[in-house]
Amino acid sequence: MSIATQNKGFAAVLWDYLTTVDHKKIGKLYLYAGGLFFLLGGLEAMIIRIQLIEPENDFITAGLYNEMITMHGTTMIFLAAMPLLLGLMNAIMPLQIGARDVAFPFLNSLGFWMFLFGGIMLNVSWFTGGAPDAGWTAYSPLSTTSPGHGVDYYIMGLQLSGAGTLMGGINFLVTIVNMRAPGMTYMRMPLFTWTTFVISVLILFAFPALTVGLFLLMFDRMFGAAFFDVALGGNSIIWQHIFWIFGHPEVYILVLPAFGIFSDIFSTFSKKRLFGYTAMVFATVLIAFLGFMVWAHHMFTVGMGPVANSIFAIATMAIAVPTGIKIFNWLLTLWGGQITINSAMLWALGFIPTFTLGGMTGVMVAASVADYQYHDTYFVVAHFHYVIVGGVVFGILAGCHYWWPKIFGRILHEGMGKLTFWTFFIGFHLTFFIQHFLGLMGMPRRYWVFLEDQGLDTGNFISTIGAFFMAFGVIVFLINAIYTAIKGEKAPADPWGGRTLEWAIASPPPYYNFKQLPLVRGLDPLWIEKVEGKGKMTPAEPLGDVHMPNGSFIPFVMSLGFFIASFGFIYHATHDVAYLFLFGGMAIGLGSMLVRSLKDDHGYHITKEELEREAD
Amino acid sequence: MSHDHSLNPETMPHNPEKATLEGKNKFLGLWFFLGGETVLFASLFGTYLALKNSTAGGPSSEELFGLELVFIMTMLLLTSSLTSVYAMYHMKNNDFKKMQLWLGITGLLGLAFLSLEIYEFYHYIHEYGFTFRSSAFGSAFYTLVGFHGGHVLFGLCWLTAIMVRNAKRGLNLYNAPKFNTFSLYWHFIDVVWVFIFTVVYLMGKVG
Amino acid sequence: MLGWMGKFRALFLLSSLALVLSGCGKENLTALVPKGYGAESSLDLIILTTVIMLFVFAVVMVIYVIALVRFRKKKGQEDYIPKQVEGNHTLETIWTVIPILLLIIIAVPTVIATFDLADDAGAEDAINVNVTGNQYWWHFDYAGEEIQTSQDLYIPVGERVYLNMLSSDVIHSLWVPSLSGKMDVNPENENTMYIEAYEEGVYWGKCAEFCGPSHSLMDFKVVVVSPEEYEEWVADMQNVDPEEPADSEIVEDGQQLFEENNCMACHAIGSSPVATGPNLTNFGDRSRLAGIEDLSKDNLVKWLKNPELIKPGNKMTGKYPTLSDEDADKLADYLLQLQPSDITPDSAGN
Repeated sequence: MSIATQNKGFAAVLWDYLTTVDHKKIGKLYLYAGGLFFLLGGLEAMIIRIQLIEPENDFITAGLYNEMITMHGTTMIFLAAMPLLLGLMNAIMPLQIGARDVAFPFLNSLGFWMFLFGGIMLNVSWFTGGAPDAGWTAYSPLSTTSPGHGVDYYIMGLQLSGAGTLMGGINFLVTIVNMRAPGMTYMRMPLFTWTTFVISVLILFAFPALTVGLFLLMFDRMFGAAFFDVALGGNSIIWQHIFWIFGHPEVYILVLPAFGIFSDIFSTFSKKRLFGYTAMVFATVLIAFLGFMVWAHHMFTVGMGPVANSIFAIATMAIAVPTGIKIFNWLLTLWGGQITINSAMLWALGFIPTFTLGGMTGVMVAASVADYQYHDTYFVVAHFHYVIVGGVVFGILAGCHYWWPKIFGRILHEGMGKLTFWTFFIGFHLTFFIQHFLGLMGMPRRYWVFLEDQGLDTGNFISTIGAFFMAFGVIVFLINAIYTAIKGEKAPADPWGGRTLEWAIASPPPYYNFKQLPLVRGLDPLWIEKVEGKGKMTPAEPLGDVHMPNGSFIPFVMSLGFFIASFGFIYHATHDVAYLFLFGGMAIGLGSMLVRSLKDDHGYHITKEELEREAD
Repeated sequence: MSHDHSLNPETMPHNPEKATLEGKNKFLGLWFFLGGETVLFASLFGTYLALKNSTAGGPSSEELFGLELVFIMTMLLLTSSLTSVYAMYHMKNNDFKKMQLWLGITGLLGLAFLSLEIYEFYHYIHEYGFTFRSSAFGSAFYTLVGFHGGHVLFGLCWLTAIMVRNAKRGLNLYNAPKFNTFSLYWHFIDVVWVFIFTVVYLMGKVG
Repeated sequence: MLGWMGKFRALFLLSSLALVLSGCGKENLTALVPKGYGAESSLDLIILTTVIMLFVFAVVMVIYVIALVRFRKKKGQEDYIPKQVEGNHTLETIWTVIPILLLIIIAVPTVIATFDLADDAGAEDAINVNVTGNQYWWHFDYAGEEIQTSQDLYIPVGERVYLNMLSSDVIHSLWVPSLSGKMDVNPENENTMYIEAYEEGVYWGKCAEFCGPSHSLMDFKVVVVSPEEYEEWVADMQNVDPEEPADSEIVEDGQQLFEENNCMACHAIGSSPVATGPNLTNFGDRSRLAGIEDLSKDNLVKWLKNPELIKPGNKMTGKYPTLSDEDADKLADYLLQLQPSDITPDSAGN
């Protein structure tokens, strides 16, 4: 970037980020905010594990424990894993397809601020009389009858951040369809871009179900509707269906991008083209498709009857096939390669056995009759942590180590990276492997205490010790990030011998990404140029003016408006002053929308002369 | 290369709404958005179907619904969809005045629809005591139909905003996509209403 | 279920027995040592799937380790560029088809067992118990027998007992790991499951669906007795007459306190439709107090004085006047002597 930006004061930088519509900066914002929420969720996890270190412990009360588990799950899924992935996608995906920008820069920024205010909303509840306590799944009627306002914060917080995610999804879809560089056909897109594309479709079709579910919950709790009120003919199971119609695709929304990250990493550090690229793309699409057909496997014990249980069991097992295809393709990518093991690759390598175990238990819980025993026990807790930590968190950390130089311009410290991996990896298996057995030995999940003399002491103790290892690993990573920001080694454009387009431009990239759009000649375009060409991308266009969008403060204000209005919704029944918040907030939110609609915003152009100067 | 020039060319292209990258993006983005909206309404329909017999002793759909009013509403909305097609036809021929005229008619039809819907709700509440809170059926009915009504209201506000904003400056490549996306959105609302008419009213009266 | 599974099960049981013996997993609680039909069906599938999946895992790990050892970058070959392989149709077909076959091997018994466990054809001629889940206790109403009881479910060994389950508040889930898998107890849509125990004994039951602050304290017991003992217990329970005049001072004082504090508004003694709180007919025979604590007088006095300390969020706290030490003591004596039957958890081997 030009020298002018480096001399900015703090206020100027803050204003820059509050108004930015640059996908790379929004990516960073997602990473910062997601990282913060990840630490918060981790803290909640540690409190849970400390409470369960011994039988009948009274470290925290039952009520507070329920708030902890609810907030841990909600935070990790919606406020940590999702935004961290969205951050990586924002920062990297447009570079991978050779785009200068995303399709809707304004919407992109709005999506981020909606997510952030939603996350803040959820966590404000800690200070206003108690966090949500009905579990991250918020099953009615527990959620509709939960006293206090905790669950109300859950509803409004997720509604805000869910809307933000939906905007992000639509933005990515249009970006990938309309803004690929010349020659970047669909079947030449890197796997990370492919998975971004597929999960954006999933977001598009899954999140509206959550929106509806949250509205129903909101109407029941705040406006006296009777969707889940059995006395007035309501039905509590509807929530479970709607929640899992959203919730199961959500699992794939999280894990597929991680698959994409691993695919890119395996290929780069094996110095080999991804084995079975076409099959990998096909498997991704198939997993996404099947992901919509299996939601009721979360409900085997609800009493849907043997026909429904059998159908959903078989549909679920079917997902194991494309997932297996992926695992073997990764293995065959390694096979015959020239494998470099560094901290990014370590996470990818650690993922294979871990995720295979998670997939195995996935098939096991898909067998409905076996699930009658596993369901809602620590076996399931172990299973989904193997999938979500072993898949998603490993993926995010792998992606961070891999793309850190591209995003921040500096390379993470290798030694600390390895220390993080080994402590976190060992700690993870220590924490969660034993939980499979705890579940089968009769420990249901979401238990505030387990009783003495039930044979559950040792397992829980080991599990808690493992959690401390994981916490240590995360702290080392944090130190690494800070150390790198201050003293880290400056990154060249292509530190790893990369194969895809993001490595063809400077680290960090200039704000217009590509001075001239690159001409793509095949899969792994940069690799092709290294082997067969000049070693750098051939421009697809002459140097010319570059059109850029203007920054805008409106997304922040709009999100703030809806944030304020949410308090109005929560308290309107009990406090008259809440109406001020409700109408005031809505006025700010909708008013901003109107301003955006009425005010012309044509963006600006970087002239050819300016671009020529930048080169020197 | 000035914007005025690029957005106000001497001769408008045949599809002004898709002549710029921004226009193409808006067009595709709205299609995706409508895909999401489909799931939203599908979830609401599912909920309604699950709860439509849960009247908790209150009036049932057979007792409540009168098909005459709903038929008029349906005709109003279907016609408004047609008039918005005329508006888009004139936009493609770069006839701004006629486009505005037909959009105005579209808006008035939408307004008439909305007024009848409000009357319908008022009628149910005051004649039958059938409210949002009286039963699970009530909650599901008002939520589904109300969500649709809310979409109509939003569409009317949107239409008013772009019509007023662009009244003086006419059509260009910057605002053509805006008119076009509105029209797509309006068709979608219409389609949803056809489903509501069938699933809620016809099936509620007969089935 | 399947004949050849026997060997696998023996092998699996042996290894899981080692776990149990090493202090992990308590008998009559763990699902790994099944003592009932449902638990056995589940364990058969658990073993089958575990064995198949471990095979897959082993294959993956072998390829993984070999690849890592053989193809790791070696000194002096930094410039080596591997062959850029696009894929291999034969291999890709193999790892698509074999998993499908393995999944079919899993799917067939899964479907068979699913239908088997959902079969309630024999319900009419069998013992039926209407189960109500409440925050945070269980109510059992023996259909047609005029017996209501709470927390301890008595069933005869070797017979299928059908449980028809509904919740009075939020969703619960009834789970007796050693006897059968779990089933949700919903506020609407009655669910039916059966349990069939192979051995007499007292089995731990748990609530498996998150239901509030005391979710983890919502334990109950299934007391499995011989058919003769079951008959005796039924007769004893039916003989209880709550109107019977007091035959001792304890009973007289207790009945008076029970009445003064309006306990019967929620708690019934003897057969009664009142089930706002647990039925106390055989309270003195219970295996546990409130499902979790030892049934001692000290604990009971503690409970009566402030149940919140034992079960946070329970519905009894604050519903009655504060009891003096003396009254609590008398009430405890009265409740503990409610022992209508000789057939108790203790006699069943608790």
